[in-house]
Amino acid sequence: MHFQNTWLPEPFSRETETLTKALQKSFEIQYLDNINFSSDEFISPWYFQVNAFKPACHVAVTFSDGKTRKQIHLKKEKGQTVMVPLFQSQENISGQISIEPISGKKLEHNGIKVELLGQIEMYFDRGNFYDFTSLVRELDVPGELYERKTYPFEFSTVEMPYETYNGVNVRLRYVLKVTITRGYAGSVVEYQDFVVRNYSPLPSINNSIKMEVGIEDCLHIEFEYNKSKYHLKDVIIGKIYFLLVRIKIKNMDLEIRRRESTGSGPNTHVETETLAKFELMDGAPVRGESIPLRLFLSPYELTPTYHNINNKFSVKYYLNLVLVDEEDRRYFKQQEITMLRLADAS
Amino acid sequence: MISDGLEDEEKWLAAGVAGLQQNSFYMHRALDSNNLKDALKYSAQMLSELRTSRLSPQKYYELYMRAFDELRKLEMFFREENRRGCSVVELYELVQHAGNILPRSYLLCTVGSVYIKSKEAPAKDILKDLVEMCRGIQHPLRGLFLRSYLSQVSRDKLPDIGSEYEGDENTVMDAIEFVLQNFTEMNKLWVRMQHQGPTREKEKREKERSELRDLVGKNLHVLSQIEGVDLDIYRETVLPRVLEQVVNCKDELAQCYLMDCIIQVFPDEYHLQTLETLLGACPQLQGTVDIKTVLAGLMERLSNYAASSAEVLPQFFQVEAFAKLNNAIDKVIEAQDEMPVDAVVTLYSSLLKFTIHVHSDRLDYVDRILGACVKKLSGKGKLSDSKATKQIVALLSAPLEKYKDIDTVLKLSNYPHVMEYLDDVTNKEMANVIVQSIIKNKSCISTADKVESLFGLIKGLINNLDSKLLEELDEEDFQEEQNYVARLIQMLHNDNPEEMFKMICTIKNHILTGGTKRLPFTVPPLIFNSLQLVRQLQSQDENATEDEAPVTPKKIFQMLNQTIEALISVPVPELALWLYLQCAEAANDCDLEPVAYEFFTQAYILYEEEVTDSKAQVTAIHLIIGTLQRMHVFGIENRDTLTHKATGYSAKLLKKPDQCRAVYACSHLFWVDDHDIKDGERVMLCLKRALRIANAAQQMANAARGSSGSVILFIEILNKYLYFYEKGLSQITLASVQSLIELITNEMQNENSASDPAAEAFFASTLRYIQFQKNKGGAVGEKYEPIKV
Repeated sequence: MHFQNTWLPEPFSRETETLTKALQKSFEIQYLDNINFSSDEFISPWYFQVNAFKPACHVAVTFSDGKTRKQIHLKKEKGQTVMVPLFQSQENISGQISIEPISGKKLEHNGIKVELLGQIEMYFDRGNFYDFTSLVRELDVPGELYERKTYPFEFSTVEMPYETYNGVNVRLRYVLKVTITRGYAGSVVEYQDFVVRNYSPLPSINNSIKMEVGIEDCLHIEFEYNKSKYHLKDVIIGKIYFLLVRIKIKNMDLEIRRRESTGSGPNTHVETETLAKFELMDGAPVRGESIPLRLFLSPYELTPTYHNINNKFSVKYYLNLVLVDEEDRRYFKQQEITMLRLADAS
Repeated sequence: MISDGLEDEEKWLAAGVAGLQQNSFYMHRALDSNNLKDALKYSAQMLSELRTSRLSPQKYYELYMRAFDELRKLEMFFREENRRGCSVVELYELVQHAGNILPRSYLLCTVGSVYIKSKEAPAKDILKDLVEMCRGIQHPLRGLFLRSYLSQVSRDKLPDIGSEYEGDENTVMDAIEFVLQNFTEMNKLWVRMQHQGPTREKEKREKERSELRDLVGKNLHVLSQIEGVDLDIYRETVLPRVLEQVVNCKDELAQCYLMDCIIQVFPDEYHLQTLETLLGACPQLQGTVDIKTVLAGLMERLSNYAASSAEVLPQFFQVEAFAKLNNAIDKVIEAQDEMPVDAVVTLYSSLLKFTIHVHSDRLDYVDRILGACVKKLSGKGKLSDSKATKQIVALLSAPLEKYKDIDTVLKLSNYPHVMEYLDDVTNKEMANVIVQSIIKNKSCISTADKVESLFGLIKGLINNLDSKLLEELDEEDFQEEQNYVARLIQMLHNDNPEEMFKMICTIKNHILTGGTKRLPFTVPPLIFNSLQLVRQLQSQDENATEDEAPVTPKKIFQMLNQTIEALISVPVPELALWLYLQCAEAANDCDLEPVAYEFFTQAYILYEEEVTDSKAQVTAIHLIIGTLQRMHVFGIENRDTLTHKATGYSAKLLKKPDQCRAVYACSHLFWVDDHDIKDGERVMLCLKRALRIANAAQQMANAARGSSGSVILFIEILNKYLYFYEKGLSQITLASVQSLIELITNEMQNENSASDPAAEAFFASTLRYIQFQKNKGGAVGEKYEPIKV
């Protein structure tokens, strides 16, 4: 039997402490966060965010199946969320764009177009979008608008390989960008967000994670998670066996951690977030005890695992088993799991 | 420090209660507005108060009970939610989102209870899940309470036989499995408490643990309440599993408590049928476990069961209960080398009680137990351990109580051997118990052999075990105890004279060893027993050839003579004298003149040599005179000697009035109607002498005190005169009577004489008597007629 002696008592660093405390605090109101999903927050319609001063016209984008298409929350800046339609790759994105000059004024323009953009924004370079997808439809030739005019548009079977993602250091978004080009007063630009989610089939191979770890003559445990690949509404089932316990354990938690790495090479930046802290055990076990684990993933805001999205970033998930002893020393073992989105789980 | 600790604890409890109440308030508000999400949130927060580690079990229990009440309400809410169409499956998942395990577990159990009730899933699956998920709480105190909660909410939802949750795939075995598992886990937690924390707080921990024991024991109670646990299931599953846990936990406190629990909660019949298994576990328990209490409890239960109805007895025989118990006890004693003596005796004592209840006819069993006990005690000398002593007394008393017959007890050959291990005081107490039992039950002991064994048993009361001890003894207690012995001696009886004589000899041999303090108590009953036998012989064998009979009055008297002699050395001469006189009278009735003479001689010697107190002399002389008066066996010569002596003694008494009275009493020795002794001269001599003495007495009184003494002696003498006058004694003349009356009248009118109302009354009634006789007429009347009053 070989023990991986990678299981090292982590010194109690200040950072960890702050993090832990913050997490604990967030935990106590977990129900609020998870279940009562910010229903009382103010939802702003998209057009309020258009050019704040003196818009020359109203621009409205509607999707052809807008009434039936599923809408989901999308977090915007300043903590606001909006409801936006949900698409997946290869779908047709079609609809109408209506432009209405303000109270009978004439609107001159040098052409109207709509673009479908898939953009990655790195926060260290905020405002600078890298478009990995860019499709254009010309809607109108230069001319004048006197009254409300509606333009149909369609992007068919659009390749949208990446999912919408709002991370710590990176954001991936999809927008429809309507541009009314004008020579003098500046062009009118209007954005309509939408969300893309892509679904994976059930993996054909999904091994359990089984591992024996320990500190020599101090603590030996064996743990098992039933799968290595979980979908977003999955349940992690597992067991933790205590083979040898010579330290006074206070409790044991399972954390779900997200590791977002951005950039590449020497500029790689890694940010780790703890999305869930789930207490598995209270008190000190003795050898021979086995502690059950059942963690429902649905309450947590998880995304699928993303591998090297457009060479810009990756998002990985880890299960971190943490034991805390009576002197608040933390012993942990981290295991990567693959998250995926199943079709029926929205 | 300690008081601070307590104060702090109160504070923590108060804080916990406050937090709990606050959150329960919000929870109720959420419940009232049907806000499930808030209800869950606040209930979880409320339950978080139970996560504290600062409270002692007792305080924690207070907090728990409050939470428990709130959870009941939450459960009702869940049930209503379910009725309103909220899926209980979803609820079951929802509560598991809670981040902290303790609130999560409580909520899970609460919803689980609703889940089972909804029957949307098989009860067994839910129960299994619940009991499994509770494993997350490894903290002993919190875990125990959580599991206790689980046990509580699931109690009425077990798939027991006849329960609505039984059927299809849910069987009673699932219910049992669930309870057993919860029990096992709880016990583990409970045992673990012992090993946590500093060693110096061991005692405190043990105390806390015993406060919690009923939480664990409750599971066994639940098991016993499950209808479906029949004998087979109990034998095959329940008992082995429970015992496995008990044995394997290797914890003294737990083993002791749980064994007792098993014994108390399950039916007697089950115990009887699984005796082997149950007893088999005993030697496997820790050496420190108080196994005697456990086994004693078991045997007591079984004894009561046996006593409850005769119908159950065959079961005991069928399973060979005695052999198994006996075996088990032997093994336990063998296994636990250092078992204290009192524990050993307690075990045997319980077994004995069991045996006499169940196998009342098997004296051999009882004796075997006593024998085993002796074997275990041998080589240890007398016991000084008070507990052990107490237990031996209990052990020895049991057969007495049960059989109520000393006969049976005397058949137990090992009984006296056990008694030997008692210290002197206890030995005596035990002897007392035996004696009282005999007296109470009026047991008849009727052979010399039995008497021998009995006295062997009660030798603590009979012999001088330790003279020191005797001195320390309270006089009253001693008298009481010896009075009991006396009563016992009188109860020993056999109608067969030969056997009776043997018995008497046996008794004699024993009591003569009793020492001077006891003899005055024990000899008299023996004497009277013997005299009774004498009278019996006399009435039976009027015409039997005496010399050939094995028992003759002669022989008895010889023996008595020796016995009474023993009293002289005590010394209690008065008692001995009295007994001699009793014997003499008996000998008189048997027409044994020499014997009677011998007894009288002895009595006289005693009188002369030993009775020195003047008061005692007065009493003795009157006894002698009275007895002698009734003797008819003596020839003239012997009689003369004896009467002469008696009169002599009378005249030599110290005080004149005593002399006077004794002398006039002697007059009766010469005038016995029945035996045709009518010696008027000597009667007169006595009476005249009495008069002289009375006179002298009065003069002495005059001289000494200046007033004449009482006339009462004269009145008494007058009465004697009248008696003999009536009898027709020729020497008593009318004139002498008349002059005596005048003398008395004069004396009484004499101014010098102090008035004596008693004397006056006596005289008046004497005169009345004379008048009465006058009025009678006839011969008597004529005789009295001339007397002038």
